[in-house]
Amino acid sequence: MSEAPVVLRLTGITKRFGTLVANDGISLALRQGEVVALLGENGAGKTTLMNILFGHYVADEGTVEAFGQPLPPGHPRAALAAGVGMVHQHFTLADSLTVLENILLGTGSLWRPSLGKGAARARVEALSRDFGLKVHPDARVGSLSVGERQRVEILKALYRDARVLILDEPTAVLTPQETEALFRTLRLAVGRGLSVVFISHKLHEVMGIADRCVVLRHGRVVGEVKTADTDRHALAAMMVGSEVTPPAVAPARPGPVLMRLDRVSGAGLRQVSLDLRAGQIVGLAGVSGNGQAAVSDLISGLIAPAAGAVEIGGRPVGRWTPRQAVAEGIARIPEDRHKTGTIADFTLTENAILEGYRSGFSRAGWMDWRAASDFAKGIIRRYDVRCPGPETRIRLLSGGNMQKLILGRVLEPGPKIILANQPVRGLDIGAIGYVHSRLLQARDAGAAVLLISEDLDEIMGLSNVIHVISEGRLSPGFARGTMTQTDLGLWMAGHGFADAA
Amino acid sequence: MRLEPIANPSALRRAGLPLAALGLTVVTASLLALLAGANPFATLGLIVQGAVGTKFAALETLNRATPLIFTGLAVAVAFRARLWNIGAEAQLYAGAVAAVLLGTGAITGPLTLPVMALAAMLAGALVLLGPVMLKTRFGVDEVVTTLLFNFIMLLLVSYLLEGPLKDPMGMGWPKSAALIKEARLPRIVTGLRLHWGFGLALIAALLVWVIQTRTALGYEMRAVGLNPQAARFAGIPVNAVLVKTALLSGGLAALAGFSEVSGLKGNLTLDLSPGFGYTGIIVAMLALLHPLAVIPSALFVAGIFVGADSMSRAAGVPTYIADMLLAFALLFMVLAILLTKVRVVRG
Repeated sequence: MSEAPVVLRLTGITKRFGTLVANDGISLALRQGEVVALLGENGAGKTTLMNILFGHYVADEGTVEAFGQPLPPGHPRAALAAGVGMVHQHFTLADSLTVLENILLGTGSLWRPSLGKGAARARVEALSRDFGLKVHPDARVGSLSVGERQRVEILKALYRDARVLILDEPTAVLTPQETEALFRTLRLAVGRGLSVVFISHKLHEVMGIADRCVVLRHGRVVGEVKTADTDRHALAAMMVGSEVTPPAVAPARPGPVLMRLDRVSGAGLRQVSLDLRAGQIVGLAGVSGNGQAAVSDLISGLIAPAAGAVEIGGRPVGRWTPRQAVAEGIARIPEDRHKTGTIADFTLTENAILEGYRSGFSRAGWMDWRAASDFAKGIIRRYDVRCPGPETRIRLLSGGNMQKLILGRVLEPGPKIILANQPVRGLDIGAIGYVHSRLLQARDAGAAVLLISEDLDEIMGLSNVIHVISEGRLSPGFARGTMTQTDLGLWMAGHGFADAA
Repeated sequence: MRLEPIANPSALRRAGLPLAALGLTVVTASLLALLAGANPFATLGLIVQGAVGTKFAALETLNRATPLIFTGLAVAVAFRARLWNIGAEAQLYAGAVAAVLLGTGAITGPLTLPVMALAAMLAGALVLLGPVMLKTRFGVDEVVTTLLFNFIMLLLVSYLLEGPLKDPMGMGWPKSAALIKEARLPRIVTGLRLHWGFGLALIAALLVWVIQTRTALGYEMRAVGLNPQAARFAGIPVNAVLVKTALLSGGLAALAGFSEVSGLKGNLTLDLSPGFGYTGIIVAMLALLHPLAVIPSALFVAGIFVGADSMSRAAGVPTYIADMLLAFALLFMVLAILLTKVRVVRG
């Protein structure tokens, strides 16, 4: 393997944004027929590096070479022309076009008389057969599942003769079964002499597919190991710089039902019934876009059910609004902390009182800024929010510190019910451990927690009861430890539901 | 070419760029004067002279600034909550009509002025309420509705001045009857042509600033303006806040009409406002929507108008130079503000 020629070589790449060094002398070589995993926390510099490779940024120092030829900096098409293809985390497909049309988009001159679909179709079918990428060339992309769309993206790259594939967090949106299929495709590709760069957070996948791991931290390469010579713990330690232990989960002591969804329908949900008990974490697993947002909006008070009832403490709620939800003692950690959780140009103080400004920090319409500032300072201290001070605009904080402020905002009042929607998405491992331990603490203090996540490891690690959501239907609750990843994966794919087609 | 955001703009950048914008405005003004066939250096001097050179000129500038402070505040308040009120002109006329209805003898006594002012604010607020309800209920774009209301209002006033409000003693001119003595805003200093509308405008600016920084409503308005999605999630009643904002904004714009009728003109005509409502947008933008900064911004804009008026008479160049000058000043200032936040990168 090590004798194979180098197909992609990054040498001494340095990129600065103001005083921040996003990439600091990164060197990386990819050989033919090799899968290299690029590992690192958010903010470690992976995205910047890929943007430099694809000419979206110009590096301050360093060079990029593909197949021995240097790539001119700042030309996005140069990498594509040299045979480097990228599959982005967020797909770049046109929904209203067919698979074939999407693949052909941008491959020829705008002025050519026809798309040459006949020849193209034969090639796409051949590629799709050779690489195990099952997808119908005439299907409209809008009607495809997420996994199928990813296959289209890969086909698109292969159609353009990509010899190097770069996959940015490809499994974030896939079920375990789809992930397995993707890995089979990658192994086929590698067998045919292609090379793969696999960007990921998920260590067990990296261990399963990669030959070599390159670990980035704070913009530097901190380690490069063969996967055969390492294990998950060693990799995790390399990523954060210290040995990480997952929080020990003490057995739960479930109490009475604090909140209940009773055969709720609307916003894509189909007769969803869910009990949230005191002192227990309920995990909601599923592939994104299957109704998690509706459940979350319902509990947050953003939407009211079209049919069925929301009950708190045994009584159906009246007018259901976000303010009502806060008043009922529901702590809400939203999925998108930038768009819904915080106001970027507000200070930490102003963000800390977003939910409580009326009851706690104003009197007869006049703000009590001193109390507000004290509240923010308390959160900063108790929740370890790293910031210059409470008057800092929150947009200057890292995602982890932003999330800690949100945690403080919702947990300080001592909530009875906690909704945590993707609470650790995009956070580094240190912050993930912190958020999880806070949720467990709240559980042990008697709160009912609903944890919504697309990360099965997170769900299985923390939850006492797991439900799976698929196409708006909710599975029965499975007790902790009774289901394997594969079992849950089947439910996530829609098998097992009583009314399954 | 791309724009790259700057996380922490330096003090030099924040102070220097607006100054550079002012300098560019002066240069452009000179070029415009040159184009009109006048001596550019003399022209600039004449503008300054005409705006603040004499006591009379300075008072004229303050008088002209008064309605601009009100409309500037109206726009600043609304824009801060991302409510795009382009209809300050209509709300101004609504306030003027209310002032004339009450001030021509309908009520008398010491409370005449406060009642007129309140009625004017109510009228202005009601004019903006319609478009805002359409926005919150049906998602109708308020830019379109408030803008169109300007024309509706102007035609309505035109009808009123030809019909019910027409001055019987007016020799057939489309104007209202004169306000009674008790309905006139007094002068601040006897003998000087500056009425209490100016004082009221300063107080209004202060009050708006207090509302925005010290009250829960101000906090809500800023939150809704910066991120309505997060505001709604946190439990801020976004639509109710927009309605309150509209009431405040419409009321402020209407005070401009009240102050012009009661302080300056003494009656209502169709040329009461030479576009104060629209110019209020420029005033608010130059002030970066800060209520206290609206005062110097309005003084600056009024000074250019008054100064350019006087200059055009003295140097024989068209008064339109004032409009062009303001437009350039705004463009340069907006550009300067953008460039304090981002830098242009090649490639």
